[in-house]
Amino acid sequence: MNTTIQMTPAQPGKKPVAEVQKEDAMLLQKEMLNANYKDLASAHDQGRKVAATFVPGNLNELVMCFDFARSLPETNALQNGMRKKSGKLIMDAERDGHSEDVCTYVKSDLGMMLGGEIGPTGEKLPTPDLLLLSYTGCFTFMKWFELIRQKYNCETVMLHTPYQGDGKITQSMRDYIVKQLKETVIPTMERVSGVKFDIDRLRQYMRESAKAEDDLVKVLQSAKNRPSPIDGYFGAVYYIGPIFTAFRGLPEATQYYDVLRREIDERVRNKKGPITPDGEMLEEKYRLVVEGPPNWTSFRDFWKMFYDEGAVVVSSTYAKVGGVYDNGFRHDADHPLESLADYCLGCYTNLSFPQRIDMICKYMDEYEADGLLINSIKSCNSFSAGQLLMLREVEKRTGKPAAFIESDLVDPRYFSGANIKNRLESYFQMIKQKRAVAGVVTAH
Amino acid sequence: MVPTLKDIMARCEALFEDLHFNAVKEWKAAVPGRKAIGFMPVYVPREIVHAAGMLPVGIFGGGDQMEVIQGDAYYQSYICRIPRSTLEMGLTGRLDCLDGMLFPSLCDVIRNLSGMWQVLFKDKYVRYIDVPHNYLDSVGGEFYIQEMQTLREDLGRIAGKPISDEALNASIAVYNENRRAVQDLYAYRAQKPWQAPTAEVYLVIRAGMVLPPEEHTPLVRAYLAAVDLEDRPKRDKARVVLTGSFCEQPPLSLIKSIEMAGCYVVDDDFGLIMRWLLDEVPADGNPLEELSKAYLHRSAQQASKFDEKKEDKGKYLLHQIKQGGAEGVIFAAASFCDPALLERPMLQDILSKQKIPYTAFKFAENTGQMAPIREQAGTFADSIKLWSDA
Repeated sequence: MNTTIQMTPAQPGKKPVAEVQKEDAMLLQKEMLNANYKDLASAHDQGRKVAATFVPGNLNELVMCFDFARSLPETNALQNGMRKKSGKLIMDAERDGHSEDVCTYVKSDLGMMLGGEIGPTGEKLPTPDLLLLSYTGCFTFMKWFELIRQKYNCETVMLHTPYQGDGKITQSMRDYIVKQLKETVIPTMERVSGVKFDIDRLRQYMRESAKAEDDLVKVLQSAKNRPSPIDGYFGAVYYIGPIFTAFRGLPEATQYYDVLRREIDERVRNKKGPITPDGEMLEEKYRLVVEGPPNWTSFRDFWKMFYDEGAVVVSSTYAKVGGVYDNGFRHDADHPLESLADYCLGCYTNLSFPQRIDMICKYMDEYEADGLLINSIKSCNSFSAGQLLMLREVEKRTGKPAAFIESDLVDPRYFSGANIKNRLESYFQMIKQKRAVAGVVTAH
Repeated sequence: MVPTLKDIMARCEALFEDLHFNAVKEWKAAVPGRKAIGFMPVYVPREIVHAAGMLPVGIFGGGDQMEVIQGDAYYQSYICRIPRSTLEMGLTGRLDCLDGMLFPSLCDVIRNLSGMWQVLFKDKYVRYIDVPHNYLDSVGGEFYIQEMQTLREDLGRIAGKPISDEALNASIAVYNENRRAVQDLYAYRAQKPWQAPTAEVYLVIRAGMVLPPEEHTPLVRAYLAAVDLEDRPKRDKARVVLTGSFCEQPPLSLIKSIEMAGCYVVDDDFGLIMRWLLDEVPADGNPLEELSKAYLHRSAQQASKFDEKKEDKGKYLLHQIKQGGAEGVIFAAASFCDPALLERPMLQDILSKQKIPYTAFKFAENTGQMAPIREQAGTFADSIKLWSDA
C-alpha cells in the first residue's frame, strides 16, 4: 500500500508544493526516527544516560542492554543535510577553525554543537554521557569523537576494529574485539550507565536483529526481479534507516521489516516498479549498481535525475554500510560477543579493496545491471580513495560501462546539479549505445 | 678518512633526490638473493624486516621533482598527493627494486592504497600493518604481537628461512643504536639549531629511509661530528616546533624557507619512524613482546593514534616544546590530510590555554610557491621575537 503525503502545508501566495508519494514503510521509518529524537531530547530529564556511536559497526543491541538512549552523529548530520540546515553548520565549524578539507559530517555535527545542539527536528539534543567509538572503516570517526570529547569532556570508549587488509577475518582479529568488549567496552558501559550487563538480554535483542536482517536481505534482493520493485540506493536509504541506527534488536524494527517485506512482496507479485517521490516508476530502462554514499542536501533532485530517465539502482554498496547481510551474516544469539565482532569486522568499508571490487562485480552479475555508477564523496576517503581504480577494474571484469560523478554528503557547495545531470544523461546514452551495438552483434 | 660535512651532505642529498632508489639496487646487488621491503609513513616494525635479512625502505612520496601523470588518474582532486606520487613511482617501475610493500595503519587513504597495491602489483608482497588502539598488553598487545608474528612468518617464507628470536633481538639492538644516534642528532639541533639547520637534519634523516641502519647510524654520528666543527653564526631566530608533517613531507625548499624566514625548527615530526619508539627496546627478551610493549607504552603521539584520555591530547607536542625550548609551533599539514587537519584544532586549543603562539598552513609535497609561506613564517617569527611577553 502506498500513501500520498504533502511535504509542506500549502501557504497562500506560494507555489503549490509537489505531492510526494511514499511507501507505508517509509512513513513508518520516519515516525521511528522522529520518535528517537524525542526520546533523546527527554532522556536526561527521565534520568537516562545517552550514548553516541557510529553507524558502521554500531553495537545497538549491546548499547540497549544498558538502557542508553542512542544518538548517531552521522544520522544527525544527514538529517540536517536533508533538511537543508547543514550548509550553515559546516561554515560555522569552518569559522571556528576547522579545515575546509575535512569531512563535512564532522563539521556539520560540530556546527550543531556550536549552535546549542539543536537537532534536526528542532529539539535540543543532550550531551552524550558516553562516546562509543565503534571504530570501523573510518579514521575520521576517531578524530570526530576526540573533538567532541575535547569540547564536552565526556567519557570515550574505543572499540578498535582491525581492517581486513588481507580480505579475511582471522581468529586473532575476532579475539581482539571480544577481549575489548569484555575488558573495556562492557565495564565502561556498566560504570557509566549504572546497569549491570545481562548477556541474556543481549541474546534476546540479537534474536530480534536476525529476524529483521532476514527481511532486509529479502527486500534488498527483490531488486533481482524485473522490474525491480525497489530502488536499492535511494529507496534503500529508507529501508536501512531503522536497522542501521537505534532500532536494530527492537521488536519495532522486526515489525518494520516485516511490513516492508510484505509490501515489497506485493509489488513483486504485481510486477510493479519502485515508488519514487513522483509516484511509481512505470518503465525500467536502466539497471545500475551504485558505489558510494548519496548526497543528502539535494537528495530528491539527485534521485529525480535517475527516475526521470527510467534508471533504477538495483544494488548499492551504501545499503551495506551498516552491515553486510547478503553474504549470510546474521547476529547470532548463541555466540553473542563473537557475533558482534564479526559484524564490526564485516562492515562494507572495513573490507579490503579487492573484496569491495569483487562484491560490486558480483552485484553487477546477480542483479543483471547495465553498469556501475560511482558517486564519489569528497568527505569520505574511506569510501572514495581508490574508486577510480575500482571503476577500471569493474569495467575490465564485467565488460559493462562505468561512470564517475562527484558530490558530497552534506556540503551543498559540492553538489553541482547541472554537471551531475549532464554526466548521467551521457552515461545513459552510452549504455543505450552499448546495448544497440550488442543487439547488432547478436543479430549477426 | 673522516668525511667532511660537504661530503656527507652531498651523499644525503643524492640519496634524497634519487627516486630510482639506486642505493637500494646497489645494496641488493652486493649479495645475490637480497630483498628489500618498502614501507610508508608513519611506523612499521622495521626490526622484523631487518631480521629477515631484508632492507626496509621508506617510501615517502615523490617530492617536488617528479611529475605525476599516471598517479593522478587514480585520485580525485580532494585526495592528498602522497598516494598519487607513490603510485606513480610504482607504475613507472621506480619501485621495481622492492619485493614488497607495507602500508601502516595511518589513514583511510593509505589503508585503501594497500588494497590498490594488491590489485595493481599482484606479484609483490603487500601487507597492511594494523596497530592497536587498545593499549592493554593483554588486549591490544596480544593482537599486535599476532600481527607482527604474521609479518614475521610471511617474511621468513619470502627469505627462505624462519626469523629466529636471536635474529630479531640482534635487529632490535641495531635499531636501538640507530634511535640513539637520531635522538642525539635531534638533541644537538635543539641545543644548537644554528649549527644543525633543519634542512640538513632532514636530509640526514631521509638518508636513513634507504640505507641499512648499520650504515645510517655512523652517517648520523659523522654528521654530528662534522657539523660541530663548523663555525656558523648564531642568529636571533624564533625557536619553533613544526608539527603535522608526519606522512606527506614538505618540499625541502619549504623547510629552508621557514628557516630563512627567521625560525629555528627545534623539533619536528618528519620521518617519525626513526623516533617513534621513545627509548631502548630490550634486546634480550621475547622480541615481539618487547616491540609491542614499546609501541603500547613508550611511543610517540601523533594524529592517527588514538588518545585514550582527554588529558593525553597534546602531551607529546607540549613535551617537544619544552624539551626543545620552543617559543611557538608551526602547524604544517599536507592538504587533505584528514588526521593532521582534524587533530589541529584540538592541539591549537591546548596551545591557546598554555599561551603558546602558533601559526598554521597547508602544503603539498610539490608546493612551489614559497613566498606566502616565507611571509607567514616570517611574520610569526617577528611576532614572537618582537611582540611576545617574553
